[in-house]
Amino acid sequence: MENNNRTILICRGTGCESTKSPEIQAALQESLAGTDVEVKFTGCHGMCQQGPIVIVEPEDTFYAKVKTKDVAKIVEQHIHNDQVVEGLVYQDPTTKQRISTYHEIPFYSRQKRLVLRNCGKINPEEIEDSLAAGSYEGLKQALGMTPELIVSEVKASGLRGRGGGGFSTGMKWGFCQDATGDPKYVLCNADEGDPGAFMDRSVLEGDPHAVLEGMIIAAYAIGARQGFIYCRAEYPLAIKRLQIAIEQAREKGFLGEKILGSDFSFDIEIFHGAGAFVCGEETALITSIEGNRGMPRSRPPYPANAGLYGKPTLLNNVKTYANIPLIITKGSKWFAGIGTEKSKGTAVFALTGKIANSGLIEVPMGVTLREVIYDIGGGVLDGKKFKAVQTGGPSGGCLPESFLDTPVDYDSLIAAGSMMGSGGMVVMDEDTCMVDVARYFLDFTEMESCGKCVPCRLGTKQMLSILEDIVEGRGREGDIERLEEIARGVKLGSLCGLGQTAPNPVLTTLRYFRDEYEAHINGNACPAKQCKAFISFHILDSCVGCGLCRKNCPVEAIFGEQKELHTIDQDICIQCGVCYEVCPPKVFSVEIRTGEAKLIEEPA
Amino acid sequence: MEKSLETIFLDYEGKRENIIPILQKVQEEYTYLPEHMLAEIAEYTHVPPSDIYGVATFYAQFRFTPTGENIISVCRGTACHVRGAPRIFEELIDQLNLKGEGTTEDQKYTVETVACVGCCALAPVLTINEEVHGDLTKQKVKKLIEGKGDQNGE
Repeated sequence: MENNNRTILICRGTGCESTKSPEIQAALQESLAGTDVEVKFTGCHGMCQQGPIVIVEPEDTFYAKVKTKDVAKIVEQHIHNDQVVEGLVYQDPTTKQRISTYHEIPFYSRQKRLVLRNCGKINPEEIEDSLAAGSYEGLKQALGMTPELIVSEVKASGLRGRGGGGFSTGMKWGFCQDATGDPKYVLCNADEGDPGAFMDRSVLEGDPHAVLEGMIIAAYAIGARQGFIYCRAEYPLAIKRLQIAIEQAREKGFLGEKILGSDFSFDIEIFHGAGAFVCGEETALITSIEGNRGMPRSRPPYPANAGLYGKPTLLNNVKTYANIPLIITKGSKWFAGIGTEKSKGTAVFALTGKIANSGLIEVPMGVTLREVIYDIGGGVLDGKKFKAVQTGGPSGGCLPESFLDTPVDYDSLIAAGSMMGSGGMVVMDEDTCMVDVARYFLDFTEMESCGKCVPCRLGTKQMLSILEDIVEGRGREGDIERLEEIARGVKLGSLCGLGQTAPNPVLTTLRYFRDEYEAHINGNACPAKQCKAFISFHILDSCVGCGLCRKNCPVEAIFGEQKELHTIDQDICIQCGVCYEVCPPKVFSVEIRTGEAKLIEEPA
Repeated sequence: MEKSLETIFLDYEGKRENIIPILQKVQEEYTYLPEHMLAEIAEYTHVPPSDIYGVATFYAQFRFTPTGENIISVCRGTACHVRGAPRIFEELIDQLNLKGEGTTEDQKYTVETVACVGCCALAPVLTINEEVHGDLTKQKVKKLIEGKGDQNGE
């Protein structure tokens, strides 16, 4: 059988590995042993929800949710008989239409993948595969340029820091180049601590050489000999692939002494972050590498002049470095042609929450939130009503429907009260309680506050306790004003970005969803019907008496004879919601009501 | 058999910047940081024990009590939160007869929550040791624990 140089790609990002993609790879390799079909694994394709993903090239066929038992069929029908297995190709969750060609799937066809250029295409553990895809071409070119020219190219490209701050990367490089001090260091911030974000993880797992290459070019430009990648220990797969990539890059002469025969020497080590969100802040990260509690210090002096061990230090995010090789090979003009006037290039987002197609996406700066959520993301999950989109993680904010036409770029999002952040984008629907979302983020920042600045340490605690009171039914007149006042204090009185932005989730939800706060405090209601203190469960007359809810109720609050109408004893009910979950969808007789439950009495 | 502290020290110079890597290695070997070892690390790195303790308590990764045989980490990232992580956590501790984060009496499981495992597209997610389980429902959690119980009961 002729196989037309077929290659089968199996995604082995963390998501697909969790749904057993290594088993599928093994099964494919076994059944295709002795043929000329190449079976290889790749990093993340970004559509983790549809995993495990198997792609057949050159046809570009996209098989989704593949199980080990499907392997025989794919081999027999597709590989041996040239017929696509229609029943296994991607099915659009909204339209139910089956689409077999990878790049015709709307989720992909509207993206522009620069940072993710090789993710899902190459085997991240084989440097030869990366080289064939053009890795280290940028480095070769850069070594023929002067460091000054490289910095001016990066400046001209308009690239801004992809960690969320949005500071001009070229200017940062320029400061480090000009700084006096020896040695200089190049650091990569891979401490992706934002809950709800996995962009950096996917890049590190899918295309580690892009990051290494960016760092090496940076080191050459500023004159550094040593680099560190600060990667969180929660990402074991990313660390493993980085380690392999570093070793292979050393073997090929891209790292180490006299890189590619030049006079330039540079090497990279991985530092395992130990789980502190604040270490995403540059001075805290540096303090942590030095072996201390990762607490930020005041700036200036900026790390460009006095960073790691007091020496000039350049620190950029994973995605910032991954952009660099492209800027060198394709030129700053090309890069500056993508995006908006002030935000160049692309934005990578982890699109998650209540969305039909969740996953990792990359779009040119300037597309609207609506395009991202509806055209690429396929809209809200299960046909529910859109309520808000959260960007920027615990430092960002929640934007309502009226902001859906806001372009995605640094300045527009800040003007709307949110921020770009490092790339988390969480969609919320009508069932999400916005007061609870604010409480959730404050719970996070209160826990992660390093404790150095009093306004942050105590302010987040106070805000959290007010928010807990509100969601638990103890809200009082004046709580909203108290929240606003403390928020202002925390914003103004904190040293680092964590504290300065911690109140944002509260401020934006107050700005756009104040009615929900008021409903909790004055109306005895949670409009999203989520907060236990404000809801009660009731069985409607349509109940067929199947008994499922009665059997599943953990506190035996449901009474009724088989095949007869059941009732819930409100005094026993703990609002766990099991009855609502198990009631057969055809019957759908459990109703959640809000605005009428009794208030939890305040302790005397 | 765990590596002794002396063996671990062979890989690291006794310098402040090696404190975190040493602590990580000790925890990898012993599942937690035994108190007497913190004192020895202090001596080896020439840093006061209070300082070592300060560093160890600062980072979420470090534990001061031994864990059970299996570590279950429930993700409390944003995507998991809006897709029902609190309910998953409740079900899990309920199944294991725990009151919150902690270790079961039979030392089989330690339950903890983590900031984000980065599998947001599969939310809600938990990991058992390093294995990721996604798209969870209360029913799936129940099966997961029952399944594990069977395996261990053999």
